Amino acid sequence: MLPAHAEEVVLGLSQDKVAITANFDGSDILVFGAVKREEPIPDGPPLQVVVTISGPSKPVMVRRKERRFGIWINTDSVLVDAAPSFYAVATSGPFDKVLSNVEDLRHRVSIERAIRSVGVAMNIEGAQDFTDAVVRIREANGLYRIVENSVAVDQQTLFRTAIDMPANLTEGMYSARIFLTRDGRVLSRYETTIDVHKVGLERWLFNLAHERPFIYGLMSLTIAIAAGWGASTAFRLLRQG
Amino acid sequence: MQIYLPIAEVSVNAFLLLGLGGLVGVLSGMFGVGGGFLMTPLLFFIGIPPPVAVATGANQIVASSVSGVLAHLRRKTVDLRMGTVLLVGGVIGAALGVMLFNYLRSQGQVDLLVRLCYVVFLGIIGAMMLTEGLRALHRARRAGPAPRRTRHTWVHKMPLKVRFRTAGLYTSVIPPVLIGIVVGVLTAVMGVGGGFIMVPAMIYILGMPTKVVVGTSLFQIIFVTAFATVLHATTNHTVDIVLAVLMLLGGVIGAQFGTTIGTRLRAEQLRILLAVMVLLVSGKLGLDLLLRPAELYSLGPAGGG
Repeated sequence: MLPAHAEEVVLGLSQDKVAITANFDGSDILVFGAVKREEPIPDGPPLQVVVTISGPSKPVMVRRKERRFGIWINTDSVLVDAAPSFYAVATSGPFDKVLSNVEDLRHRVSIERAIRSVGVAMNIEGAQDFTDAVVRIREANGLYRIVENSVAVDQQTLFRTAIDMPANLTEGMYSARIFLTRDGRVLSRYETTIDVHKVGLERWLFNLAHERPFIYGLMSLTIAIAAGWGASTAFRLLRQG
Repeated sequence: MQIYLPIAEVSVNAFLLLGLGGLVGVLSGMFGVGGGFLMTPLLFFIGIPPPVAVATGANQIVASSVSGVLAHLRRKTVDLRMGTVLLVGGVIGAALGVMLFNYLRSQGQVDLLVRLCYVVFLGIIGAMMLTEGLRALHRARRAGPAPRRTRHTWVHKMPLKVRFRTAGLYTSVIPPVLIGIVVGVLTAVMGVGGGFIMVPAMIYILGMPTKVVVGTSLFQIIFVTAFATVLHATTNHTVDIVLAVLMLLGGVIGAQFGTTIGTRLRAEQLRILLAVMVLLVSGKLGLDLLLRPAELYSLGPAGGG
């Protein structure tokens, strides 16, 4: 359990919705809040803040290429049980200063800890490499990131940060966590959710494609045939006229 | 302007897609090919997942073929009976192709299959067109008469003979059905119309007159790609209509410019240009398979890629 709540987040606010529209180009999530305390600010190391935003966790199939018959093809694969589709960490200082290893293990804050791979097949050499690959590939795509010194803490009472979310987001309920720490220990933890979803035309097309795939297929064909016929007719008229 | 593709779930620049569609349209207008074999690899290069690129490519080809076949119908250069025979084979092939595609997708090998198909087929066709084009260019210089092809081959001795009036042929239906099946599989697996396979096959194997070949192959392509689109949409949910519309817009406009450019160049030069381009695409995809990739690992959803 957490120690007695001498200091806790009273106001943790952020955008509670991200709408993926047709021209969605990524989004900045603003997270800010204040610290409530009954006593004066304690002496010693200053208050630190860690903010994480995590997308829905899903199993991921990781495949490794090997050279066979002269070409590179997928051979071994490992199922990583749960890896968030998006994961960002923002801290008010260097990561190892604001959060101890024990606390990181307990709250699963760092990127490596946020991924779970208990059922990794032991018959494959270097199973850890597969988990590392998830982190490496998603970091390269901007889906996993850790940004140190990006939370501004004012008078050890007010804090704010902006977390940049890329354009290639998947839908779902994202969870935002705020940790208050002192000397690497977590004093208080606050959690909220952010609903990321497609809206409007995007929503409608996606639902149609998954719920009524046959109708969606026919609609795609109709649009294609109409476009082809329209183009042919239009250019014939242009040439004649 | 970035646009979020609802099925591919990636955000891409709309003008880039319009431009690619336009570029492929120019080429397809210049060379009289569908351009699917260039469009699908280009979509891979800009980061569209291969299953979506293949399924959406099939949908986009429906549109460009409709526009092309209408012109051929007006000129009466479509052998409807031959088209229907090819179509029967094509539908069988497309169904087999989608089954193969879905099986390999569950095994995580679909990328490999698609790329290998591209390397092999583009390589063969490109090399054949290049030698043929160079020989024709050489012949044109000497200004000798082109040797006439024999119209009767082993193909015409098979049973189940049918008369194809527009094509002026009396031949077995077995070879066209087989050609249809091969092209159908390619449509489903590669997201191409298959004209680049079907046109040479019709000329060299079936001995059809060149003037009815393009219209007839377009006729068959419309139905087979339409069938493949619906199959991909119902089994994989990978047809992205937003992507298809953007490529279409670019494609139809580009095709009109391409036709104008095409009429100013000589047929042999066109064929050599096309062959070089086909070989370049094939070579690039082949190198990707041969060279050690920068990232050896790839991610996919559990239970299917």
